Amino acid sequence: MAFYIPYIAVVALILIGLYAVVFKRNLIKIVIGITFIECGVNLFLITLGYRENSTAPIYTSSPGGIMSLPVPQALTLTSIVIGVAVLALMLSLVVHIYRHYKTLDARKIIGGDEE
Amino acid sequence: MSGMSKIVKTMTGVAFPFVMIYGLYIIVHGHLTPGGGFQGGAVVASACAMILVAFGSVWIMKKIKESQLSILESIGAISFVVFAFLGLITLFDNNGIFFKNVFANSHYIFGQSVSYGSSAANINTAGTLPLMNIAVGLKVIAAIFLIVLVMASATNKIREGEAE
Amino acid sequence: MNEILDWIIHHSPALIVAVPLLGAFLTILIGKIGPRIRNVFVIIITAITSFFVLLLANYVFTNGIKTYVFGGSSTSIESSYAIRILFEIDGLNAFIAIIAAILPIVAIIYSWAFMKEHTGLDKYYTLILLMTAGMLGMILTGDLFNFFVFLEITSIASAALIAFYLHKANSVQAAFKYIVISAIGALFLLFAIALFYGQYNALNMAVIANNISFTFIDKIALVVLIAALAMKAGIVPMHMWLPDAYGRAPASVTVVLIGTTLASLYGLFRVIFTIYGNHLFTVDSSQIALVLGVLIIILAVVTIVIGVFMALKQNDFKRMIAFAAIAEIGYMFLAVGAALSTYTFEGSSATISASGQMALKGGVFHIFNDALDVGLLFLVAGAVYYAAKETSLNKLGGLARNMKYTTIFFLIGLAAVSGLPPMNGFASKLIIYQSTFQINPLLAIVAILCSILLLATFVKVFYSVFLGPKLPKFSGVKEVPKSMLIAMGIIACIIIFIGLFPNVFVENIVTPAANALQNATSYIGGVL
Repeated sequence: MAFYIPYIAVVALILIGLYAVVFKRNLIKIVIGITFIECGVNLFLITLGYRENSTAPIYTSSPGGIMSLPVPQALTLTSIVIGVAVLALMLSLVVHIYRHYKTLDARKIIGGDEE
Repeated sequence: MSGMSKIVKTMTGVAFPFVMIYGLYIIVHGHLTPGGGFQGGAVVASACAMILVAFGSVWIMKKIKESQLSILESIGAISFVVFAFLGLITLFDNNGIFFKNVFANSHYIFGQSVSYGSSAANINTAGTLPLMNIAVGLKVIAAIFLIVLVMASATNKIREGEAE
Repeated sequence: MNEILDWIIHHSPALIVAVPLLGAFLTILIGKIGPRIRNVFVIIITAITSFFVLLLANYVFTNGIKTYVFGGSSTSIESSYAIRILFEIDGLNAFIAIIAAILPIVAIIYSWAFMKEHTGLDKYYTLILLMTAGMLGMILTGDLFNFFVFLEITSIASAALIAFYLHKANSVQAAFKYIVISAIGALFLLFAIALFYGQYNALNMAVIANNISFTFIDKIALVVLIAALAMKAGIVPMHMWLPDAYGRAPASVTVVLIGTTLASLYGLFRVIFTIYGNHLFTVDSSQIALVLGVLIIILAVVTIVIGVFMALKQNDFKRMIAFAAIAEIGYMFLAVGAALSTYTFEGSSATISASGQMALKGGVFHIFNDALDVGLLFLVAGAVYYAAKETSLNKLGGLARNMKYTTIFFLIGLAAVSGLPPMNGFASKLIIYQSTFQINPLLAIVAILCSILLLATFVKVFYSVFLGPKLPKFSGVKEVPKSMLIAMGIIACIIIFIGLFPNVFVENIVTPAANALQNATSYIGGVL
């Protein structure tokens, strides 16, 4: 049963992130929701590489036993870097939106002007 | 934004070299221990952000201009792509390919061979990997510091716009 | 000379992505010297990239699949573990890469004069070159995670470019909408890739296609992949970002955005036909191909209808063309879905019927034509905005007297989008009408009706913008500068050439692409 706890955490993180993106009105909360989804997917990628009773994959031949997979940590690192870039871009756009509209409420911004 | 009190400024000045050395260690030893370009670059950039918060963005913007950081970032990115192109030049090898590791197991810089089995880590191995790590680390330091600096100065402008 | 060309063709998959990347980073340094040198440098880099793409496409259409492994000499290590990252190019890749090589060079020639009085042009050219590199990387790659990385590079660069007009509140809001929807779609794509990796311990498209067995987790991955990639391609009901993003970006940026949308559509076809191809269409106990085909047909018909009806009631020039673009994407999807729904099983292999083959060719041909047609229309809209500083259809009028060449180009684009001869839209739409009529007559009726409605919309726009009495506030309007006319002229020449000689084009370029779609075994054979 303890083996399944990371997968339950992944689903919980993704659902919380989706709830924040769909139902919240503040723009910063929408951005935080996207970060939650990204954290959930990263956790899923890392959990896939674990094997029971394994050591870290940094030897040329392991001292004993098996090593866990070395590929998921590279995939997760790339995903974190992409997440940082997207987060920086979204926050810069929020700063510009605030400068134009003087409010962070999504209902007053989207659907405002249709010219 | 303006800086913080004198105690914070002094302690930040003391702590900054230690964090920077730790970050550079993570960058350069990327092929031996967990770490590498992005991780070490993020550590050094957070040290620079610590300096920004302690001393205030007004003082920092007088010392460092955005265009200098932009040029530094471009140099890091260009050197990464140039290292990748080195595998194509057929001076080193007859069957070159893009991203080929031309310095590993040779006698140039970073060129020793790794012995089989578990042994002590040797930094003089693995070819173009530490060089690419250093290039990526430089780019990440410049990029994240630039992002934090621009956001701090944008907050400045909004606050001035509201005060008028 | 021949040796140099052979060396270039051998290494061209890596060079096609690396040269714009290097150029993008060098543009910031060269921009410090002067604006003219930077413009010339960017045009040279894009021209070199297009030349390499044409060489590679020529090689692939005559010689077969080309594989390029990064950092190693063979595709597999030890015995048969294909682990290295590789680019694999077959007929479909080469076909879409040709489109993705024409659009950026036209956009950059156009933006020489269109963007001249704006500041921050260093970052503009850097981001357009990054978009080009990301788009071409998305198309040429043979590795699923590599596809995700290039998709994110493209969407970040294009979101920053959509918000180029920072002084207008509309553009920033459109860019925010685009980046939120695009980030969520890409994260769900990564979730599906993680599902594949957990099951088969491989990220390579050919290895997954070889080992796939249609378990329950694979079905979940198929649904998530179709939803995420269709969201990036602008299929209804996930099309919310498209009118805002296309309508409020600068016109040259929109032209390159069309290329990225088509690259996501290519990804969708690659997933359905190649990764699931060998298993999905040979299991004869379940009619999976028929169900998938019917689902795609329903989505495509809804896309066409909503695109055309929303285009009728728009008041803004560029937004209306964006809705027409949505309708055209629906046409491509309709053709491919109709082809999918005609899979029949004979023994142990599955083949499409003859009308399905024709529909597949028509759909693939229409991808090329639609990119050019809608691109030309957006360039004309940008030229009108440059001359008259106005995008609302209610306020424009009587521009044909001063802007003769622009009017001619708009007529060519209008005829091409609605499917009138002798433009290229006629050729591809005729193939789609014929083949879908044989599969199900109702689809062809819907397609022809919506095409007629599209023609009516564009004729109305032509009358209200270009014909009519001369308005006093537009009396000082002059013809647009030469570089914009040259860019529009390049696309118009290609449109007329394909329209006059379609069978040359279909035999040599479209048929290998359509055959490569159905042939998943040869794609796997390129790697293993």
